[in-house]
Amino acid sequence: MSAIATTEPRSGSLTRPPARGARRRWTSFVLPTYSAAVILYLLIPIGIMILYSFNVSRSHLPNVTFKWQGFTTQWYQEWNQIPGLTPAFFLSLKLAFSSAVTATVLGTLLALALVRYKFRGKVVTEQILFLNIAAPEIVLGASLLGLFITLNLPRGFLTLFIAHVMFSIAYVAITVRARLSGFDMAVEQAAQDLGATPWVTFWTVTLPLIAPGILAGGLLAFALSIDDFITSTFVSGNSVTFPLWVFGAVKVGTPPQVFVMGTFIFTVGVTAAVINVLLQWRRERAARAYRASGA
Amino acid sequence: MEQPVRSDLPVAERKGARLGRRLAPYLLGAPASLWLALFFVVPMFTMLSLSLQTCDPVTLACRLTWHVGEFPQAVGEFHAYFLRSIQYGGAATVIDLVVAFPLAYWIAFRARRKSFFLLMLLLPFFVSFVIRTLTWQFILSDQGLILGTLKNLHLLPQDFHVLATGWAVTAGIAYNFLPFTALPLYVALERIDPRVLEAAADLYASRSMAFLRVTLPLAIPGIFAAFLLTFVPAVGDFVNATILGGTSNLMVGNIIQNKFLLFTDYPAASALSAILMAVLLVGIALYSRVLGSRTIEEYV
Repeated sequence: MSAIATTEPRSGSLTRPPARGARRRWTSFVLPTYSAAVILYLLIPIGIMILYSFNVSRSHLPNVTFKWQGFTTQWYQEWNQIPGLTPAFFLSLKLAFSSAVTATVLGTLLALALVRYKFRGKVVTEQILFLNIAAPEIVLGASLLGLFITLNLPRGFLTLFIAHVMFSIAYVAITVRARLSGFDMAVEQAAQDLGATPWVTFWTVTLPLIAPGILAGGLLAFALSIDDFITSTFVSGNSVTFPLWVFGAVKVGTPPQVFVMGTFIFTVGVTAAVINVLLQWRRERAARAYRASGA
Repeated sequence: MEQPVRSDLPVAERKGARLGRRLAPYLLGAPASLWLALFFVVPMFTMLSLSLQTCDPVTLACRLTWHVGEFPQAVGEFHAYFLRSIQYGGAATVIDLVVAFPLAYWIAFRARRKSFFLLMLLLPFFVSFVIRTLTWQFILSDQGLILGTLKNLHLLPQDFHVLATGWAVTAGIAYNFLPFTALPLYVALERIDPRVLEAAADLYASRSMAFLRVTLPLAIPGIFAAFLLTFVPAVGDFVNATILGGTSNLMVGNIIQNKFLLFTDYPAASALSAILMAVLLVGIALYSRVLGSRTIEEYV
């Protein structure tokens, strides 16, 4: 996941592979086409979800059907008409916001510790982060449920929150760490030489510079939380999140409102991610222009 | 990275700063580490302990009896599910590695706007896992877009179906885990210094030779990390099996879920999960044996 935050060109890439001029290889055509096809394939379910949130349904109990029956915005107007689904939707939003904020704070602090300092237990911490990401979700959920059963902790929002923060921290820490390791420490020292205290330096120099990484980590945590089904199914008790509700309804049929809410979550998430990427581009362009003018 | 201690400060202040620097990483790392220790590491041990306990089927009160019988029983009773999970998860992982490698290669070496394409890889995460799988049920359904059309054209027999087969489950898993394969591959390829490839070219390596002898070997740690990050979660998945596989293609994940939530047979479910976790640990141990121990964390 560190890939998300490491988007600066690598050091050696000033020398781009030489263009082959007239003798352009067939790969220069095949590879981009292939890549576009794979990305398109990844996006198919999203397209289907958005498209079928506008499909007319004529049955008594409206369920999404594959047959295209005409365009309607009816389900957007009646988005909260399904009993049980609306509270599940809001529960998921609440859970995703609270767990993403918590995981972002904890993960960022951990990333600062990992990048800036050598300390006892650093290697173990890094290995635990990897293990946490690689562990099958079913093991995370099942083992956590085992703990809650042992502790006699009733399952509900609190246990969901604990679980979601737990599986998000590693992703945030790794995303922010990647951003931090490309960070020029000289800037901080310059600030301190100009008389800024470490605290002021952190808030006015470090934080704004690593903000895109933190935001990317936070977004990832939000997406992971709102997306999560497997871990949640173990620790939710009687609380029903959006994915849990949808899964429960699979056998009886999916009301179109599920796609409406899915589309809403997708739109919000993508808008935030795109804004983050655009801001990063602008910043990098500005930095390049500044460097060019200075040199 | 240690910062040099500035020597123009008074000695007392330097000492305080040094103590602060000594404590800082622990203070910064403590909240997250504590959270992970309490809710990730400790549960692994409670899980192991639970698998060695005997529970009263009525009151659900469990006692540690060091009853190791759950492990052989789990393997004996459910080996068919284990084999099926490994088969589906393994096939999906191989598909993902083959499909994702050229894509990761292209993004790392050829694409402008890398951050845009990386974002594209992550877009599916903004749609719930369950909904994504549901749309595949939709697409692959007997009278759906693909099969329905082919049947109407009489290219397929009317009773042909994909849903409720192992093929559908494998395809669903391959789809859902593709980004987890592509990202570590990208990280590994992106890290390759282009000057190494230029050196290969200067030494008269053909492009395919340079790829086989330079790029591919340098990407091996990434391939292994991608394998682990895809295969292990894929084997433990049960959403694809439930939604796309019908009732006759259940995987280990289904068993664990049922044992835990439906039958409250905690020891058996814990034993099954512990076996899954052991597979992951063996994989990581193998990685550090063959490729060195310090690098695997860098691929997530």
